[in-house]
Amino acid sequence: MGPLVPYIISNEFNLVIALIIGFFFGFVLEQAGFSSTKKLVGLFYGYDFTVLRVFFTAGVTAMVGVLLFYHYGILDISIIYINPTFLRSAIVGGAIMGLGFIMGGFCPGTSVCAAAIGKMDAMLFVLGSFIGVFAFAESYPLIKDFYLADAMDPVTMFEMLGMSRLAFAIVLTFVAVFAFVATWFVEMKVRKQPARVSKTRGLRYSVAALLPFVVIAIVAFLPGRQEIIQNKIAEAQRQKECVFYEISADELANEIIHNYYKINVIDVRTPAEYEQFHLPMAMNIPIDDITNRKWEMVFNQDVKTNIFYAGDSLSVRMACLKSRFVGDAKNLILTETAAEFKTMFYDLEQPDLATASKQEINEYNYRSNAIREMRQLVDALKNIGQPVVREVEVASGGC
Amino acid sequence: MNPYLAGFLLGLVLLGTIYITGRGLGASGAIKSGVIATVESVAPQHADKGLFYVEQAEEHQGRPLNNWLVFEVLGVVIGAFFSGVWANRVGLKFEKGPKATNWARVIGALAGGTLFGYGSQLARGCTSGSALSGMAVMSFGGIITMFAIFGSAYAFAYFFRKLWLK
Repeated sequence: MGPLVPYIISNEFNLVIALIIGFFFGFVLEQAGFSSTKKLVGLFYGYDFTVLRVFFTAGVTAMVGVLLFYHYGILDISIIYINPTFLRSAIVGGAIMGLGFIMGGFCPGTSVCAAAIGKMDAMLFVLGSFIGVFAFAESYPLIKDFYLADAMDPVTMFEMLGMSRLAFAIVLTFVAVFAFVATWFVEMKVRKQPARVSKTRGLRYSVAALLPFVVIAIVAFLPGRQEIIQNKIAEAQRQKECVFYEISADELANEIIHNYYKINVIDVRTPAEYEQFHLPMAMNIPIDDITNRKWEMVFNQDVKTNIFYAGDSLSVRMACLKSRFVGDAKNLILTETAAEFKTMFYDLEQPDLATASKQEINEYNYRSNAIREMRQLVDALKNIGQPVVREVEVASGGC
Repeated sequence: MNPYLAGFLLGLVLLGTIYITGRGLGASGAIKSGVIATVESVAPQHADKGLFYVEQAEEHQGRPLNNWLVFEVLGVVIGAFFSGVWANRVGLKFEKGPKATNWARVIGALAGGTLFGYGSQLARGCTSGSALSGMAVMSFGGIITMFAIFGSAYAFAYFFRKLWLK
């Protein structure tokens, strides 16, 4: 699941990726004609709307793509960078940039492109940007309060408007398509050309304009990753085709005592239930959280065996099945529930020696030993991550 | 290239960037890194005192140029040059509006760059980093900045028409 940095691609290699991405960024900008200042400012005088077309098409493409990736669980959008909002500085800064745009005829990205192919005016613009950033750095102490005013965190547009993510995507795509059509008429008028297109061209553009809506419809109506997993689990249960390898509580106790470093004991109940009681050495991964990418390293490895347990036999099977969609670690499920484990070990009662069978007494001896050893183990490993603290004795002297 | 096709490709580049790195594209951030690196090497005492440099130094850990956007913009230079060679557009050229004098264009480009540089720092991003990438992730601030940039450019366009129009 994306983003690939830093788990799959390291932060160092990310800089190489930056170079490659920059290559394509620069290539497309230059191909779009953004290395010409006349083309850029054409937007503001109505004779060339290339900037608007490229810009909005790119924005809508990426936005719809992000939605699609999110829907199919390819991209975790809860951790991607969303620009923080500082309302006043965003508006004033934007207004200053707009003035700079119309005076200089470039924006930073396009000026770099134009300078790269030898446009001297663009080189001056880049030089100017350095001066501008330097001026900002020097005046920063004076305007810091303004710079930090109205902090709103990384808030999104659809949250501000109180609509759903999808509704906003539809609105923005509509606005973009409307703008494309309207500006085309304006452009034709300014250029004094008849506003007509051939039938095939018109058809092609219509299909292209429909595409983002189709993708949004897919996201809205077709099942996403979570639903697909749920459906597959339900299907597997209906067909009874899945095999679960079980481990009994006594065996698990033995594993915990002797092989705790080879197993992950996973509690799939809610954090509240986990707090109340959990097995020794258990970690808490609630069943809804299993597909969260932060647990990927638990479910996708071939070193440790995962042993699941829950409050009932159905949800432990659900959890075990679900984890198979994340990775291919070896999975076992505990036959007993959490409560049964508690009765068997923690609330262990001594059987009446006179009437109890030999098996019962053996069981009791085994379990009482096991719980003692498990308690010792938990106690011994409690501080495993902590550094050893040594008391520093201050030398005392004098008389 | 057809602008819609170019936009689609640019969108794919942006989407790929978000998928791989979790962040968007940018440009002005690299200029910021350049300024910081210059000030730190030319006037280290000044960089030690200035609030902006001190705050930034905490982020870049002594290596201002070891920055994602710096490498990205290096890539932009290479990519744009490659595209220019391909389309046979490379060559020293001074572009200006038909009626503008050379001096007007020089001053305009310098002043425009300065304003854009200043504004991009104030708004925490330029057309790429704030407006375009912000739109892709539906950031409120990014979209507000986008409207501010284009709105302001339209508002001032009339006053600078002699720079650009016939």
